[in-house]
Amino acid sequence: MMIDLSDVHLTLPSEAGPVDILRGVSLSVARGEAVGLVGPSGSGKSTLMAIMAGLERPSRGRVNIGGQGLHDMGEDALARFRRDNVGIVFQSFHLIPTMTALENVAMPLEFAGGSDAFAGAEAALAEVGLEHRLRHYPAQLSGGEQQRVALARAVVGNPSLLLADEPTGNLDGATGAAIIDLMFRLHLAVNSTLILITHDQALAQRCDRIVHMRDGLLDTAEFEAAD
Amino acid sequence: MLALTIARRELRGGLRGFRIFLLCVTLGVGAIAGVGSLSDALVDGLRRDGRLLLGGDVELRLSHQPANQEQLDYLEAAGRLSRIIEMRSMARRLDSRERGLIELKGVDDPYPLYGEMQLEGGGDLADALAVRDGLPGAVAEPVLLRRLKLKAGDRVQVGEATYRIAAAIVREPDRGADSFVLGPRLLVAKASLAATKLVREGSQVKYRYRIALPPGSNVVAWIEGLNARFPDAGWRIRDVRNGAPGLRRFIDRMRLFLTLVGLTALLVGGLGIGNAVRSFLDGKTGTIATLKCLGAPARLIFQIYLLLVLALTAVGIAVGLLVGIGTPMLLSDLLSGLLPFQVQFGFHLAPLLLAAVYGFLTALAFAIWPLARAQGVPAGALFRDLAAPMVQRPPWRYIILAALTFAILAGLAIITVEERRFAIWFVCGAAAAMAAFLGAGLAIVDVARRLPRPRRSVWRLALTNLYRPGAATVPVVRSFGLGLSVLVAVIGVEGNMNLQVTERLPDRAPAFFFIDILPEQAKKFDALAMAVPGVGEVQRVPAMRGRIVKVNGIDVAKIKVAPHATWAVHGDRGLTYADLPPPGARIVAGKWWPADYAGAPLISLDVHIAEGMGIGLGDRLTVNVLGREIEAKIANLRHIDWSTLGINFVIVFAPGALEGAPHTFIATAKADERAELPLQLAVTDAYPNITAIRIREALEAVNQILRSIGIAVRSTATVTLAAGILVLAGAIAASHRRRVYDAVVLKVLGATRGRVLATYFLEYTLLGLITAILAAGVGTAAAHAVVVQIMGMPWYWLPNGVAMTTLICLFVTIGAGMLGTWLALSQKPAPLLRNE
Repeated sequence: MMIDLSDVHLTLPSEAGPVDILRGVSLSVARGEAVGLVGPSGSGKSTLMAIMAGLERPSRGRVNIGGQGLHDMGEDALARFRRDNVGIVFQSFHLIPTMTALENVAMPLEFAGGSDAFAGAEAALAEVGLEHRLRHYPAQLSGGEQQRVALARAVVGNPSLLLADEPTGNLDGATGAAIIDLMFRLHLAVNSTLILITHDQALAQRCDRIVHMRDGLLDTAEFEAAD
Repeated sequence: MLALTIARRELRGGLRGFRIFLLCVTLGVGAIAGVGSLSDALVDGLRRDGRLLLGGDVELRLSHQPANQEQLDYLEAAGRLSRIIEMRSMARRLDSRERGLIELKGVDDPYPLYGEMQLEGGGDLADALAVRDGLPGAVAEPVLLRRLKLKAGDRVQVGEATYRIAAAIVREPDRGADSFVLGPRLLVAKASLAATKLVREGSQVKYRYRIALPPGSNVVAWIEGLNARFPDAGWRIRDVRNGAPGLRRFIDRMRLFLTLVGLTALLVGGLGIGNAVRSFLDGKTGTIATLKCLGAPARLIFQIYLLLVLALTAVGIAVGLLVGIGTPMLLSDLLSGLLPFQVQFGFHLAPLLLAAVYGFLTALAFAIWPLARAQGVPAGALFRDLAAPMVQRPPWRYIILAALTFAILAGLAIITVEERRFAIWFVCGAAAAMAAFLGAGLAIVDVARRLPRPRRSVWRLALTNLYRPGAATVPVVRSFGLGLSVLVAVIGVEGNMNLQVTERLPDRAPAFFFIDILPEQAKKFDALAMAVPGVGEVQRVPAMRGRIVKVNGIDVAKIKVAPHATWAVHGDRGLTYADLPPPGARIVAGKWWPADYAGAPLISLDVHIAEGMGIGLGDRLTVNVLGREIEAKIANLRHIDWSTLGINFVIVFAPGALEGAPHTFIATAKADERAELPLQLAVTDAYPNITAIRIREALEAVNQILRSIGIAVRSTATVTLAAGILVLAGAIAASHRRRVYDAVVLKVLGATRGRVLATYFLEYTLLGLITAILAAGVGTAAAHAVVVQIMGMPWYWLPNGVAMTTLICLFVTIGAGMLGTWLALSQKPAPLLRNE
């Protein structure tokens, strides 16, 4: 099992008192599986994904990714875990504005200590069709190009888990579709487990399985996505 | 006015990011206004109390010999006359071997003509100095009483006379007029001095004649009349306009120096002003683009933000002026005890106005560039993500405007001080240093970009951080480098002065100067001194005083003399005669005379003075020695190393011309520190008329003065560094948001905290190290120029001071950078990513 969440709770303090964001989520995802995570805004999708990436710690419950329990890892151990296992694509790209496309993509490989980080990054950028934009800064790229850089950065280290949070939310339909095609192609190419958060039902349908979230809980009924 | 309306609305957005701006303006303006107000108050006090400090409306000073009867009659007819005799001597306890150097002053009944002598216990001076129980009275500065463990009623011996200590001096009204004081004051009645047997022909005595002219007299006209009546009297004349010229010169010098240091602080702050305006406007790109979309022309954009900047500058200036007015007032208590005159601190308009203008011009000069860049933001920026700052050159008219403002600033710095040459050097130096640090910053960016990519990611990230768009490299190098250079320079100059006084001089200097050795005591003195164990070389030469009156038969007043040589022709100078060249003398032109020379008068002259007077071998000098004029030919020129503190005379006569004139001898003696006291006791016990000046004590007096100056100079230089640190903090704060974001994304991508910290640590270490090394170089060069060119002293490189300063720089840079990074690292990634 790639992902094994068991009774995960997250409660955050707020001025109006504690807010329960996750209220006991249990989920198992097999290695290589693609899961679409859908649900209304505020249902806890992004938080659940942050917990899978080790960016957020649950208040209660067990998180097991690729056989490793995240709950007892320190912050640096979590960073190393992400470096070795996780690639993330955000809705707003989160590229470092002062680094070129090549430098942004090379980052995870450099953290992993790879000697040919830039060669790897260049190949990844070529893979997403940006071999002519290596030395451009994010501000000099279009939205679609920026998301392609982010995608290249997410897969450059061949992660076993690929997390995508509304990757097309800031893109027009055609560009978004191209990105999704690319993402699924890369997911299959590296045989990673894919968790895709989206509002787009049609997009979710491309996954092996769809999981619905509402008010911090998973709908018990799971849907096999239509192939 | 539309610009004003929009500017006012823009103010609603708050002034975040302008704290550094305000602090920079306030600090610079405050420093300049403070220095100006303080020195204006001091000069005012000097002027108001000029008559008190001088002790009369006019003072005439003669060395060696008193005024003759004809001159005295003339002076007495002019108004009230007070006669004073001053000399250095030794005071000793009768019952023990304690003794000390004193500045002995004999006064007559009319003294003081102005002001009041304040004695402890409030007694009257005439009463205190009167003869009682057969002993004349004396009043002394408290330090002398402490040194010799004396109290009122005790006895003290001076020369061959015994005095009764009547009281301690609280305030001597004319004390500030003395420019160089080696010992504490002992004041006695002039009539009692005869019994000391210290005043003899040829001994080192100063005669002062002070005249209180009738009210309404024209001092200048009276002096002109005096000069016409006695053109050859050879006295030095001072009047109320310049009661304490030494003090006045000192205040003027300090004012000049501290104002320039303050101006440097303002310039460094100017960089902070520029950075603040730039980062504020970078955040306003959207607003500016929107305004342009709605039809605002570029000029209007410039006006809107210029108005904002000017309004903020006005606030900064106002606070700075308050600081400037307040600082001297806070210092008033401290200073009134140290100064010989009353200081009233108040509102001095001129220095405040000047400081305000400086502040305004500086802010304007540094703000024009970013303002002009911002007005060029295209309306289309709205449709693009402009995370990377735009790099573009402002239109030429704004570049010219900025250059013009800088030129006015430089012109103002030059025309508002008296020593123009010095100010021009400063302006050129400041401009060169600013250009050098800007160039250095750009060079670092360029070199970092060209360097091969290091294999280790931490190194690569640190290196690339130096040249990323929006990197703090250039602002940090410029601002901090400039501030640090000033500190390195000041510490270098101060260190060199201290080294001279506390180490080099005592090492090479003799232990004692002995003055007023009578001719009949000379040989016995040598034997006595040499007999003390631990005493090395004893050097004794005849000494008398004379002044140069003619050069090649032309009145010296009509000769053009370079500034560095005027002291030698201004009044009396020491003279000697010798058959052999002085030890260590280096003859640079001509030949020394034969030891048995017996011809027409010849002299040996200091080469620097000869250069300053434009004369050389074969030229003739006429010297007035005790009223007799002697014309002598220059036989040779010598190079004198004054820093040995040995016996050196500008003019040395060949044998034959001076032996007949009444004179005394002076001597130096080198001695182990342990032999110093026995030597002093042996000589002064045997010859009460001989005064022993212990060099260590004299240097301690000089050192005390240096320390006080050092505190003032360092405090002002610290203001410059504070401005530098402010700008550094501003630059780091401006990049803080970016750092937080970078750190979060790096963590998401798998970087550990250690790795992020190491990256930033390396980046700041590189930046700090390069800046520190550059600043050490620039500061040392500036210090070298001041020490060698302006002070004419030998230069010693003081690596410790420089190393300490640069290390501090390094720690501050790394510390400030790491603090920012630590804050960035403690951010939790999820919320930031969620909010984006």
